[in-house]
Amino acid sequence: MRVVIMGCGRLGSTLARELDSEGHHVTVIDIDAAAFNWLEDDFRGTTIVGAGEDIAVQQAAGVQRADIFLALANGDNRNAMAVQVAKHIHRAPRVVARIYDPERADVYRQLGINVVNPTTILDQMVREAAFGDDSAPQDNNVEPSSRTAR
Amino acid sequence: MYIIIVGGGKVGRGAARDLIDMGHEVCVVERDANTAWSINNELGEVALLGDGAEIHVQRAAGMNRADVVVACTGRDQANLAVGQTAQTRFNVDKVISRINDPRNERIFRALGFTFTISATTAIVSAIEQEVSAGLTRLTQLRSTAFILAELAIPHLAPAVGCTVRELSLPSHTVLALVIREDDQPEVPGPNTIINAADVIVAVTQPQHEAELRMILTGES
Repeated sequence: MRVVIMGCGRLGSTLARELDSEGHHVTVIDIDAAAFNWLEDDFRGTTIVGAGEDIAVQQAAGVQRADIFLALANGDNRNAMAVQVAKHIHRAPRVVARIYDPERADVYRQLGINVVNPTTILDQMVREAAFGDDSAPQDNNVEPSSRTAR
Repeated sequence: MYIIIVGGGKVGRGAARDLIDMGHEVCVVERDANTAWSINNELGEVALLGDGAEIHVQRAAGMNRADVVVACTGRDQANLAVGQTAQTRFNVDKVISRINDPRNERIFRALGFTFTISATTAIVSAIEQEVSAGLTRLTQLRSTAFILAELAIPHLAPAVGCTVRELSLPSHTVLALVIREDDQPEVPGPNTIINAADVIVAVTQPQHEAELRMILTGES
């Protein structure tokens, strides 16, 4: 499959390397050329320097031909705009955005976007690590926002 | 009306100043403490310190009761996020978005934002108007392919002394108004005669602009 990944940090580069070694056709976009140092020398995919939410940069990365577009940069706003450009301008069939803010994650889910929200996932995992696997969320310790997002 | 402006830079602050003068209730959400302080210093306690794309900040600003939200930060991705949360989360009726990079206008349109303002586009078209004499583009009519243009008829123009019928105007073009030298506005009919020093307001399409200017003013 053709996969375009925006954001070549720890997560983006890890996924890029994995998908590349599994035989997928991977293109990585990052605003900072130094980010591509996260990729190993044997990475066979393409790298593009630019803002991943930019219509022209996505075009250069071939999003219009991609099967999957993943927005894994650090900014929620940037990721949200990027997946919507990929979906509505370049007609990418499948898009996923990392959105840190649980409340904004809900908004974009409501708008029909596949959202991964690390905050709620980590919240749960930290609880399990700290209290044991069967620890249920305790109301007085959880912010209202993360409760509604779960 | 209650108007929330996200982004207190030159644009947001200028808008706040005017809207307050017009009697509206205004809140400016600004994430830089010095800028927020300076806004409060000038305009009274209207600035709220925080990131206006964050929903808890929007809630603190009272977005649920806002009539209008103006997203005018310098970052298009933030303006888009503000607009989308304002509509989805707070059911705000009217969102006005500033677009910094005119190329992003496409995505704002695709997502249903019809009230957008692009300073770059405005400046570029102002420059184009100054460069192309004889015709001033007044406005693009919203959601149509038509523009409103103003033309001043020079003394030696080919159209002087002609009736509107005789002019053979470009297609998709209508003369809407003739303002005579004595400041009398007239709605022109087919037999209206064009005089020197008339000012004409026309409805046309961008691709016919040059032809219209040629016919009325003789200037290419």
